Amino acid sequence: MHIYANPTRFLSLAKWLTPLCLCTGLLVSIGAIAWGLAMVPPDRLMGESVRILFIHVPAAWLGMGGWTGIAISSAALLIWKHPLAGIAARAIAVPGMVFTAICLITGSIWGRPTWGTWWVWDGRLTSMLVLLFLYGGYIALSQATAREGGSPRIAAIFGLVGAINIPIINRSVVWWNSLHQPPSITAGKSAIDPVFLWPLLAAVIGFSLLFGAIVMMRMRALIAEAQVEARLRRRALDDDTPVTASSMETA
Amino acid sequence: MREALDHWEFVFAAYAIGLGGLVTLIGWSWQSMTRAEARRDEMKRR
Repeated sequence: MHIYANPTRFLSLAKWLTPLCLCTGLLVSIGAIAWGLAMVPPDRLMGESVRILFIHVPAAWLGMGGWTGIAISSAALLIWKHPLAGIAARAIAVPGMVFTAICLITGSIWGRPTWGTWWVWDGRLTSMLVLLFLYGGYIALSQATAREGGSPRIAAIFGLVGAINIPIINRSVVWWNSLHQPPSITAGKSAIDPVFLWPLLAAVIGFSLLFGAIVMMRMRALIAEAQVEARLRRRALDDDTPVTASSMETA
Repeated sequence: MREALDHWEFVFAAYAIGLGGLVTLIGWSWQSMTRAEARRDEMKRR
């Protein structure tokens, strides 16, 4: 893992991994969505609206997985001081926030025909909304520290502290009464019928590959921006270097 | 008596928002990456 903490090694790996993840992710996601929309039968209780499952669940998984990635990268930054870990955390934040927003919006749309309401202030929905705000706070903080030349450790500490919300989201449907259903997929067991489970797993894999491709694209952009900035700074320093007697002699 | 809701409208709305957001995010990330890398390469050449 430490081998890839070197930006040059990471870039040589990301150069072929980005298009591979993007193309495979697009193919698998399109296949899974077509499977979920056209081939899966309507659910006995939820009817046709069960098809929202194939976009809502991958979005929820990636919203939570994104913050887990931020927490792991933040820990790597604080412990081993890998600069690439800070870049990875910053790159994850925006897609993580977008997937959390997609999860909340699609969940709300799903709630109307199945629960009879767009929103309830229960444990699962509220903790997921808190995650969206945490992402917003992390993005603002990391951008401000990068712009003002502050320490990336501040955002890393925020990333680690915010990870407390992840087990709360996961256990919220067990700890508190909720309109949201209890966990359907637990270790080694699934309460979901295989007719829904397989296209769901395909959608999760496809969206995860797309998430990986987006993170790599954003990391490449952040690295390129940092390299441009470093070069500009070096040039400015060279221009400011005072003319010495030896340099005048050679001239 | 209230009419039953058409579930397909909700399904299409959810997919339109979800996929629209995803496509926008992919396009924006791709554009930022190609722009930043082109700027870096141009800087190296100078």
